[in-house]
Amino acid sequence: MRPDPSAIGAVAADPKMETRHLVVSYGGKSAVKDVSLRLPGNQVTAFIGPSGCGKSTFLRALNRMNELIPSAETEGEVLLDGEQVNAGRFDAVELRRRVGMVFQKSNPFPKSIFENVAYGLRVGGTRDRAELAERVERSLVSAALWEEVKDRLQESALGLSGGQQQRLCIARALAVEPEVLLMDEPASALDPIATAKIEDLIHELKARYTIVIVTHNMQQAARVSDQTAFFYMGELVEVGVTEQIFTNPVERRTEDYVTGKFG
Amino acid sequence: MAPTTHTDKAYEAELRAIRDRLLEMGGLVEQAIAASVRAMTERDTDLAEQVKLRDRDINRMEVDVDAMCRRVLALRQPAASDLRFVTTALKIVTDLERMGDLAVNIAERALDLSQAAVLAPMHDLAKLADLSEAQLKKALDAFVTADVSKAEQVMQGDDLLDALYLKIFNDLLGLMMEDSRNIRRATSVMFAAKHLERFGDHATNLAEMVVYMVRGTDVRHPRSRAPGTAEPER
Repeated sequence: MRPDPSAIGAVAADPKMETRHLVVSYGGKSAVKDVSLRLPGNQVTAFIGPSGCGKSTFLRALNRMNELIPSAETEGEVLLDGEQVNAGRFDAVELRRRVGMVFQKSNPFPKSIFENVAYGLRVGGTRDRAELAERVERSLVSAALWEEVKDRLQESALGLSGGQQQRLCIARALAVEPEVLLMDEPASALDPIATAKIEDLIHELKARYTIVIVTHNMQQAARVSDQTAFFYMGELVEVGVTEQIFTNPVERRTEDYVTGKFG
Repeated sequence: MAPTTHTDKAYEAELRAIRDRLLEMGGLVEQAIAASVRAMTERDTDLAEQVKLRDRDINRMEVDVDAMCRRVLALRQPAASDLRFVTTALKIVTDLERMGDLAVNIAERALDLSQAAVLAPMHDLAKLADLSEAQLKKALDAFVTADVSKAEQVMQGDDLLDALYLKIFNDLLGLMMEDSRNIRRATSVMFAAKHLERFGDHATNLAEMVVYMVRGTDVRHPRSRAPGTAEPER
């Protein structure tokens, strides 16, 4: 029996996050058009699609990062654990703690490795040194970086390799104990070995977090994700179990994209 | 919907090359089975020897197609319909090579029988041969045109082949019981009939793979599925 493609989000009756009729436009030009999508908890969902298809804009809508862009306008609902988070009264800062983000170009602070991870905790009010040390260690362990940096925590983060910096950024995001991790092309600036480490890390992290990853690398989406959503020109064309998207997609446009018939 | 081709023309050409090679191989197999049966019915030993010799071309093509498919898998990471096409090609090529071998087996029966007088069920054998050849031709057509209903016709047509084989088998049994001097020739004809029946089975395998290639559902062995698993949608 062919799996029902619309059932992907419905597999989780209670998705961790969900959007309903989400629309995002920049200065009147729509970048995301009426997207309703469910993100199951403790799974990896990948967004694929050609440049300009709206996948990064949609990702940013999940933790209201688009609000930092003046011309951006958002309509529709974004829900976390069934609660709408993009209505005025929900605290955007609190949202971004619970729904963390990692970017394509890693952006460690020009501080020590320790301070990079501790920063969010200090801002959140944690002062106790022992607690900070413990939580920093835990985050670095979770990001599979601890062994490599444990003896040089006071050194500058900028001295780390690209792959290490990216894992540091992940540790930084994990330090504030999020529930969801949004990753925008997290490995596109990394070499194959560093990429493999990030992908392995993602696999481990999904046991404790819900992960959403935007990638222009289809094979990466195929390797790391449980379900894949294909975006094209602002629309959600198809979403399904990753294996199905890559062996027998329903939509012709999806088929054409994954087989390289676009352009 | 307008057919689309791969943006990467080299990739498009690689896939096309696999398809063309398979069709070429299919053509050789069609010729081989027709020739082997004619060699038998017309007692043409030269033709039988030719069938055996030309089987080397068929074998070489199996090696070629496998190599081409492996190359695409390694270098292109094919997805969706391309993936299904390449994995289908890997399977079809095996069936075609076996069918070539069956033609050789029949050619050997022909050489064996050329020394003796003709035995009665030859015209039934020719009919079985026609049916088997037609099955292969239809399966290859289905593959080329991605035609699922044609593939399904092949799958359904196998029963007719089996029934005709059974008739030939019983007729030969009768001849053997009638006169023990018939036994030697009858068993040779029986083997040939069995080879043709197997040939038809391989054509059915081919058709099943075409259904998978087009639809993405594996329709093989419907009666062997574990209890509780769904019957594949056709």
